[in-house]
Order: sequence, then C-alpha cells, then structure tokens
Amino acid sequence: MSNDSTAKTLIVATLLCVVCSVMVSWAAVSLKPLQNKNKVLDIKKNLLLTAKLIEPTETSEKMINEAFSKIETKVVDLSTGEFVEMDPASFDSVKAAKDPKENYSIPASADIARIKARAKYEKIYFVKEEGQTKMLVLPVNGKGLWSTLYGFLVLSPDTTTVKGLGFYQHGETPGLGGEVDNPSWKDLWVGKKIFNDMWKPVIRVIKGSAASGAEHDVDGLSGATLTSNGVTGLVQYWTGSDAFGPFLEKWRAGGAN
Amino acid sequence: MSIKKTLFEPVFNNNPIALQILGICSALAVTTKLESALVMAFAVTVVTAFSNFFVSIIRNHIPSAIRIIVQMTVIASLVIVTDQILKAFVYDVAKSMSVYIGLIITNCIVMGRAEAYAMKNTPVMSFMDGIGNGLGYSFILIVVAFFRELLGSGKLLGHVIMPTVNNGGWYVPNGMALLSPSAFFLIGMIIWILRTIKKDQVEHN
Repeated sequence: MSNDSTAKTLIVATLLCVVCSVMVSWAAVSLKPLQNKNKVLDIKKNLLLTAKLIEPTETSEKMINEAFSKIETKVVDLSTGEFVEMDPASFDSVKAAKDPKENYSIPASADIARIKARAKYEKIYFVKEEGQTKMLVLPVNGKGLWSTLYGFLVLSPDTTTVKGLGFYQHGETPGLGGEVDNPSWKDLWVGKKIFNDMWKPVIRVIKGSAASGAEHDVDGLSGATLTSNGVTGLVQYWTGSDAFGPFLEKWRAGGAN
Repeated sequence: MSIKKTLFEPVFNNNPIALQILGICSALAVTTKLESALVMAFAVTVVTAFSNFFVSIIRNHIPSAIRIIVQMTVIASLVIVTDQILKAFVYDVAKSMSVYIGLIITNCIVMGRAEAYAMKNTPVMSFMDGIGNGLGYSFILIVVAFFRELLGSGKLLGHVIMPTVNNGGWYVPNGMALLSPSAFFLIGMIIWILRTIKKDQVEHN
C-alpha cells in the first residue's frame, strides 16, 4: 500500500493517536498519587512561608510536617461564623466550591472576588504558641487576569493587622501579574490594616506607590493592573461580611475562642 | 557520520542556538536560575532524543501529507509525559518553570531535528543526533544561566557566592541580568566567541 493513500493515512493517524494517548494517560494516572502528595505538601509549605513559620531554605518534608503540627485547623460555617464538627483533613474546600450540593452561590453584587461560588464551609488555621493564638490564617481565592489565585491571608489576633499574604497557585503572566510571588511585594502587606473604623474591609492595592503611613494601601504591581485589582477584590471579599466576616466578628467579641 | 561525530558536532560546530539560532525563546525564559536551566536542558535533551527515535522508527510509514502532524503528536505526547514526571519528582522546580516545560512542544530544535534528521536516518543515529542537539542547547543554556544567576543574584544553584548588599554583603546585584535582554547579550557574546575561534561559521554576504 502506498504511503500516501487515504487508507494508509487514516490507519497511521489512528494508530499513532491510540499509542500516544495510552502513553500519556498511563503517565498521568500512575504519577497522580505522587503529584498529589507534592501538591498537599506545597500548600502546607506556602502556608508556613506566608506566616513566616519556616525559612525558605528549610523546606524538607520533615520540617514542613513538624512546623505544621503546631497549627490547629478548624472548619467554620461561613454564614454563621460557628465552628463545624468535621475532620479538617478530609475537607477540601476547593472541591466543595465546585460541587452544586456543597457550595454557596455568591450574589453578583457581593462577588468582588469574581469566583461565582464558594464552599459553605472553610478551613481556618490557628497558629498557637503556648496555648495562645498568635495568628489566624485564612484561605483566600479570587480571579486575577487569567486565572484564579489561591493563597493564604495571615492576620494577627486583632483580625485587622496583616501578617502576610501569599499565593500557592495562579496562572498570571510571569514577570507582570506573576510578581504577586515577589517576596519584596509580599512584604509590603505586613503591618497593613484590613478594616476601617466601621469594620469594613478597605485594604486595597493601588496604582503606583502608596503614601508612607497609608495603612490601607499597598503598592500596585507595575504592568499588572488587573491582577492588582483581583488581589484587592479577593482580600476584601474573604474578609467581608459574605465570607469570613461573621466569624471574625465573633472572634473579636471573644465568642469563638 | 560516526556516532561520536553525530553526538558532539552540535555542541560547538553546529550548535542549534549559536549557529542555527533556534530555541532562543526558552533560552531567554528559563536562564535566570542555573537550577531551572539544568532541568530545562535535561527535559529538552530527553524529548529531542526520544522524539527523534520514535519518528525515525516509523519514518517509512509516515504519509507525507500528515508528517508534520505526526511529528507534533509524538513530540507533544513526550512533552506531556516529561511534564508529569517532573511534577511527580521535582515539584518545586516544575512549578517555578510553569508553562515553559509545556512550551518545549514549540521549541524549534525538537521539531527541526525530527524533520531534518530523523525522517532520513536510522533510529539509533537519530537518537544520538537528538542527544547531541540537546547537549548543544544545554551548553548554551547552562553558560547563560551561570552568568545570569551569578551576576543577577550573586548565587549559583541557590548557594550564595557573592553576598548581596540587601543581605548585608558587598555585591550590588546587576538587576538587568535577571531580565530577558541580558540573555540576548550573553548569547550574542557566545556566538561572537565561537565565530572568532571557528572562522568557518562566519556568514559571508
């Protein structure tokens, strides 16, 4: 049969596709458990790095798990701000946010993070030292320019002073929006205040540089206005009344201790 | 051509980046750190070698009308497998390289070798040619990354060589070395040096 006949062309194309797809799916399926383990570890590592509980140089698996064991994780019902009896290890809020039975559709007017839906429950991490809570870590996510950014917002026990903000997963443009990972930009967040006197979240990423002493403004990322706006939206959404707001209010009143 | 010649010819005499000027885009993107350059060099070498090998095995059965698509399918599958393996074993590096591993598919060297060499030669020789061109690519990438990481952040493979001013040292890092244009300058200089030593590479017009 000639190489250029229609029949041969079809046969070669079909066979090639079958062989290649088998190869690709075999690799994807057999390496999945390892990749998932890496992913979980990476999320823990980013949480610890954002909260500055480990140094970027000491990120072996053992160190991460050891540092993480000092953190208490609880699941909270976002609408009431009450804790829910649930094993935090088995709860995956990213998955739950996509499941119509488990999620909560965010009304369009409140959806400043542009994520359309979130899980009904969410994890909160308490960093404790000698029984005292030193930091609260809230998982946050929201749309940037191209992608959804997933990360952690670390607050002091007064719920308004930022201790750190970091993202563990995003697909923003490297060099522009991707600069959300830049350590010196992330350091700008430390010490900023989320809320105003009325306990409304007003922290924002502005265009250009923030005036010194402006406690609610963070310098914008140059060339990345939409990513910057996305970060403003997601921080304000998750600390606002539609998300962690009720819990944070209870916490400040001392009722959630 | 002997195996040895096929293997080492592309490193200095027929370098895919320096002489053929292929694969420049990834040479700019992943050379800010030596570690990612090493992983990228390894990944491209593996992909080029195996895509050459597989294309060569089936070269007598590829209908010429769809040969580019066949090559692309083989290359794309290999790139996905490589990406999966990197994510499973060197997650941090794979994450920092984000899209660039996937973009090996569009690296002109891989496809260029499949079309120019593997379609006409035996599997073993094609495999060697793939390794050789991968080494040529790796050589440039590693040299460029060496200087960019050293001058840009005063480090090599993450180890501090010259402590920077920000961290209480004496070295004022050259910020431009971390930006893409510096890779252009470095590659330009490598081409200059290569052509000064090997006069036959100079193009006459």
